[in-house]
Amino acid sequence: MEFSVQEIPALIESVLPELYLLILAVFLGIEVIGRVPQVLHTPLMSGSNALSGVVVIGSILMVGRAEDAHWSVLVLASLSLVLATVNVVGGFAVTARMLNMFRKKK
Amino acid sequence: METLIQIGYLVALVCFVLGIKGMSHPDTARRGNWTLALGMGLATLVTLMQPGLGNLPLILISLGLGSWWGIRMSSKAQMTEMPQMVSLLNGFGGLAAALVALSEVVDMFYGDAMANLLMEVMGMGVLGQYYLLFYVVTLMISLAVGGISFTGSVMAMAKLDGKVSGQPLRFPMQGLVTNGLLVIMLVLTVAIATWPSYTLPLIVILMILSLVYGVLFVLPIGGADMPVVISFLNSLTGLTAATTGLLFDNRAMLMGGVLVGASGIYLTMLMCKAMNRTLGAVLLGQFNSGSGQAAREMSGQIKEIGLYDTAVLLAYSSRVVVVPGYGLAVAQAQHLVHELEKILAAKGAECKYAIHPVAGRMPGHMNVLLAEADVSYDLLVEMEAINPDFPLTDVVLVIGANDVVNPAAENDPGSPIYGMPILQVHQARNVIVIKRSMAAGYAGVENELFYDPKTRMLFGDAKAVLGDLIQAIKGL
Repeated sequence: MEFSVQEIPALIESVLPELYLLILAVFLGIEVIGRVPQVLHTPLMSGSNALSGVVVIGSILMVGRAEDAHWSVLVLASLSLVLATVNVVGGFAVTARMLNMFRKKK
Repeated sequence: METLIQIGYLVALVCFVLGIKGMSHPDTARRGNWTLALGMGLATLVTLMQPGLGNLPLILISLGLGSWWGIRMSSKAQMTEMPQMVSLLNGFGGLAAALVALSEVVDMFYGDAMANLLMEVMGMGVLGQYYLLFYVVTLMISLAVGGISFTGSVMAMAKLDGKVSGQPLRFPMQGLVTNGLLVIMLVLTVAIATWPSYTLPLIVILMILSLVYGVLFVLPIGGADMPVVISFLNSLTGLTAATTGLLFDNRAMLMGGVLVGASGIYLTMLMCKAMNRTLGAVLLGQFNSGSGQAAREMSGQIKEIGLYDTAVLLAYSSRVVVVPGYGLAVAQAQHLVHELEKILAAKGAECKYAIHPVAGRMPGHMNVLLAEADVSYDLLVEMEAINPDFPLTDVVLVIGANDVVNPAAENDPGSPIYGMPILQVHQARNVIVIKRSMAAGYAGVENELFYDPKTRMLFGDAKAVLGDLIQAIKGL
């Protein structure tokens, strides 16, 4: 591949909107949890772990695209879909169980 | 249809942000979790509506299988095993991301993904080659970081479970090997990205190295630091979700991943701070700290707690025991303790006082001091009566007491106070010690309670601290 300096301004311009989004999302991610008390550290970690299973979208799209692909593609993609779903469903269920412990017991 | 899908993703993203926000406060945490789940459900649903999506039966079967497995796993786990559970789930997420990337790679070699990509690149003119480079690098990051997250999480789980020793494991030239591996992986990525035709063997080597690196990365870190490691690996999984979002040009995945990555790193640092460590000391300290001996000393560090955290902990506890000591009397803070007790009782907590026979400076001293402050007598419980209750106590608030709560009296025959009956506060779920400084107690003995993992120190004058604490609880 050949790269030349003249293309760099055009390159930057083409990724600028995405760059804006990314940088704002980083700040949002930090700001949004603000000052979280220690008792919530573990549930919050667990909840955001479930959220990181958002890769399930990618797995669905991959399986969906692999209609007439090599069988190995289909196997790998389906396996990743199962694992990502376990991450999401198990993650939210575990977090809910943890948070139920915080309910006032009278 | 396409517009509808994009709007669906946007709404899901709003749910993600509101959910995380909700989860950072005790009152809204449960709702926050369901908001997150709702957003995820919506994102999945609109993805299924994507026009031209094939293999629908297989997708639905996989989703069903994963849901069943996830619910089964989460309902079977014991409450004490939660960190392991989160770690394992995070490992699954990392592996899922790595497998998506791998299936994309395989499709490039056996299917027409490569042809499609090149076609797209041709159409982009001069910027096409940058796009191609960017695409391959992103793909490799997903593959490698997902792999690291997978084996790292499994390793962290094994350490927490005791299947692998919680002690830091070391071998000669560890730093060199681990760092060297990272450098090799970077070089491989560059090689794969700039090679005229991508070579499958290099990609497979990269994947294997990333799996090895995940293990090596966690191996030298002690079991006590595992929660921090898990939080860090969770942040890495968020990163791979983001890079996968880039590959599929999917904003919900990209933004969701960045959100997890950023808040994950921030949470990791908060956790380190709560343990009085720095992230660097936990993750990189492995390379310059000495033997396992030194690490054990580190794990027995004093941990501080802030006023706000103390307030939240107390406000959401159902059983609180206050251990008043001489320091409380000196600071003339008994009226404030009574006020705190009333506020906690009003919040529905059961709040009692544990009175050691030698609390204060003479027997019965403390009862008098507290009675003076209008504390009702039936809340004052003698040592023999309250000791069996400590394992069921959520928070013990030790105010200005020291030797009477020192476990050394029970378990260290060499200690000068060995044999003294003590309040067994170390059996409670949480211990908060309000103390002016780290000075030793009346007997001049170091107190190992302060080094207990369940103990948090709140330094300051008892009167000032209690006043601030009452304000903080009222302000929650």
